[in-house]
Amino acid sequence: MSEVANAEPVYVTDALIAEDIDAYLDQHQHKTMLRFITCGSVDDGKSTLIGRLLYDSKMIFEDQLAALENDSKKVGTQGQEIDFALLVDGLAAEREQGITIDVAYRFFNTEKRKFIVADCPGHEQYTRNMITGASTADLAVILIDARKGVLVQTRRHSYLCHLIGIRNIVLAVNKMDLVDYDQQVFDAIVKDYAEFARGIGIENFTAMPISGFKGDNITTRSANTPWYSGPTLVEHLETVEVLSSVDADKPFRMPVQWVNRPNLDFRGFSGLVATGSVKPGDDIRVLPSGKTSKVTRVVTLDGDLEQAVAGQSVTICLADEVDCSRGDVISLADNPPQAADQFESTLVWLNDEAMIPGRAYWLKLATQTVSATVQQPKYVVNVNTMEHLAAKTLELNAIGVAELATDKPLVFEAYADNRTLGGFVLIDKITNATVAAGMLNFSLRRAQNVHWQALDVSREAHAALKNQRPKVLWFTGLSGSGKSTIANLVEKKLHAIGKHTFLLDGDNVRHGLNKDLGFTEADRIENIRRVGEVAKLMTDAGLIVLTAFISPFRAEREMVRSLMADGEFVEVFIDTPLEVAESRDVKGLYKKARSGELKNFTGIDSPYEAPESAEVRVDTTAESPEDAAERIVAMLIG
Amino acid sequence: MLRCGIPLASSATAKFPAMSQLLDRQTLTHLERLESEAIHIMREVVAEATNPVMLYSVGKDSAVMLHLARKAFYPSPPPFPLLHVDTTWKFKAMYELRDKMAQTSGMDLLVYQNPEAQERGINPFDHGALHTDMWKTEGLKQALDKYGFDAAFGGARRDEEKSRAKERIFSFRTASHGWDPKNQRPELWNLYNARKNKGESIRVFPISNWTELDIWQYIHLNNVPIVPLYFADKRPTVERDGMLLMVDDERFPLLPGEEPVMRSIRFRTLGCYPLTGAVESEAKTLPQVIQETLLTTTSERQGRAIDKDAGGAGMEVKKQQGYF
Repeated sequence: MSEVANAEPVYVTDALIAEDIDAYLDQHQHKTMLRFITCGSVDDGKSTLIGRLLYDSKMIFEDQLAALENDSKKVGTQGQEIDFALLVDGLAAEREQGITIDVAYRFFNTEKRKFIVADCPGHEQYTRNMITGASTADLAVILIDARKGVLVQTRRHSYLCHLIGIRNIVLAVNKMDLVDYDQQVFDAIVKDYAEFARGIGIENFTAMPISGFKGDNITTRSANTPWYSGPTLVEHLETVEVLSSVDADKPFRMPVQWVNRPNLDFRGFSGLVATGSVKPGDDIRVLPSGKTSKVTRVVTLDGDLEQAVAGQSVTICLADEVDCSRGDVISLADNPPQAADQFESTLVWLNDEAMIPGRAYWLKLATQTVSATVQQPKYVVNVNTMEHLAAKTLELNAIGVAELATDKPLVFEAYADNRTLGGFVLIDKITNATVAAGMLNFSLRRAQNVHWQALDVSREAHAALKNQRPKVLWFTGLSGSGKSTIANLVEKKLHAIGKHTFLLDGDNVRHGLNKDLGFTEADRIENIRRVGEVAKLMTDAGLIVLTAFISPFRAEREMVRSLMADGEFVEVFIDTPLEVAESRDVKGLYKKARSGELKNFTGIDSPYEAPESAEVRVDTTAESPEDAAERIVAMLIG
Repeated sequence: MLRCGIPLASSATAKFPAMSQLLDRQTLTHLERLESEAIHIMREVVAEATNPVMLYSVGKDSAVMLHLARKAFYPSPPPFPLLHVDTTWKFKAMYELRDKMAQTSGMDLLVYQNPEAQERGINPFDHGALHTDMWKTEGLKQALDKYGFDAAFGGARRDEEKSRAKERIFSFRTASHGWDPKNQRPELWNLYNARKNKGESIRVFPISNWTELDIWQYIHLNNVPIVPLYFADKRPTVERDGMLLMVDDERFPLLPGEEPVMRSIRFRTLGCYPLTGAVESEAKTLPQVIQETLLTTTSERQGRAIDKDAGGAGMEVKKQQGYF
């Protein structure tokens, strides 16, 4: 305790604050900002290092220090010494268990910069938290315990930082006090790390011997390491180049967040400039439409700007009435990004529920949100050994490379060139959870060459000729619930009154179009996807389509719904209890499933997710098929 | 009325050159980056939420947040209302500024007072923690439910308190307004997933990454109007339980032997006047206030009684129950 309390605060120039506050404010106003992360486990002294940085920069106040001393004695792991870890572990569960679970953000200043530190947990099960903290960082401090050297987790953290695109890596060999500040120990660790770093593509890093606990080479050059001539940790943090200056040198891109239209005389496009800069008079192009115009004004509350640069949130006015809305990207006219709908991507899976190949997820990239399906991964990376392994899916914390396809073209750039237009998240359509972070590597050639054929006879024309509104009546329910029976009756009745219909039946489709598919979860999803696409083409032809598929998963039914125009998808839930369906057992399938002869049978060893808000629900224990069919037809033509 | 000579109506035209005009190089200053981030967050919410609202507590953080909102949507007024969850126990000067700012910004001001707390006469003198619970926590939940707001901007900062440091910028609450700290959505880059499940709502913190010093400096640079109580002046006070309390109106029950004393004081944070401790100070200008803030040895929430409830996890527990 005594040692720590006596440490000289070195960052905040107290004298300047006391003597000339205006000069101090002027200095502070011109500071730049660096965001960095610290990686390492509790044992590596990560929290102690952050506590030290906060303490040395006077970001810990007396009342907080008093509380800290108190807590240190009660639950600390440093005996009578101050346990800085308690300062940064914010959640009750973390303090009790002595581990860091979630990313915590901390702030401190030096004379040159303001810093935001993301304190990330080190355990493998918190990879997703580390990726979160790393995604906004300009720099990573990788901590190594000098007594232990390069460990499996050092490799994992380095790989993740490199993957997310952090180019400034500091290898902080910590706890040098516990190895008597031995240069040989330090050199051996650096050599070991350099070998590994080269192997995964880290081109350079800065290594330094430190002690977070004793304060060596943190803010002042340590007398204990005369053999080290490099910068202190803080000196390095103060001078390293920040990401936004790198972005400013790239071509101009601004994803449109919001169209500002207070009255008929003003129309501005609001967004955060991702890269480059723009000024009035510049020729721009709106993507994906490709329309061009000229910038007339860069508007802010404080008056118009002469130019807007990367990192600024601005509102831009254009010379022409071009069509431009949220999701579009405004770019330099002669150097625009591309649009594509198929990509190779690197994914980090963040959710307890594993990725399901073929399932549609929301993909959010910059201000664009589209529906996307991911293929089975090409490989996953063992984050401890960097080996590429074959895999059918991505589990929580898995990192893999997979192809993905979107339902609409995305304006994009490779993540390596542009974080904003290359980084995305996947969102589960049902739970709304953020399930994956992704980085686009490149678009697949086939997407660029297959253009949607614009047809002269429109879907409206098809429907008008048939004098009907196209629909998809999607019958879902357990095997034997009565889907096919009722769908057949509905089709007969529609046919009788002159409607043009087509019935897609589960069994029939599996004899032809989908005969290559089995009954695993992935195959079931693909089965529904194909049927959905066929149904969509049929509605384009103006037909009323009836489908009778178990379609057990809510997500796939929602995917099909999203393919159709608003109001065209009618979900019909044939609600028959399992025991009733099983007692009917028209095809003898339940018997086979019960005996184990038939695997993955819905209701027995594979789940059925009942619709939550189907347009039509038929309770077959209370309503006859005839009545139900009559009701559906009445609803349709009424 | 305002002691630092800041004319309210012209707050948009700062006496300093606009921060972005200072740009003579390609690297933004930290305040420019923080401002840009906050504006980006607000625009995302407006683009993706159906019925957003800004919680306005009239404090300095709220003042900055409101100013940022005006910048984000200029020349449109911010396309959402201000909501003040009132306890009826705020300082008089706060009510005055609140009404003025609503006018200046061209936004609707909704004031909500928990009718049950009103009826039962809940007050900070007789009811202690129950006062905060009923007026603020319950009042906020009732107001959000009443108007059906699905996203609410709040002026909380991560440097304020330990559990706040771990909270996301888009923080989801269950239908009963609870917070589950162990089950927060990962928030990568500046991509915010604003998709809600039925009944869920979002609390959004656009100034999460600002520190107290950043707030002061921004107010200074942009001439953001703030309550005069932040500046030192002679005010009637009594000392109680180690806190300097200001006798703001006649509802303040004096204990036997207590006599209000005029002291030169100011406030580092503003809440309900009977719960907010003042500091003795001579700082009458913003630079002086900032100077004192930097030289002080205690954190700003130190004057708040609320953080000391329920042991070390006071704020975390309150947040789980629906406190902002």
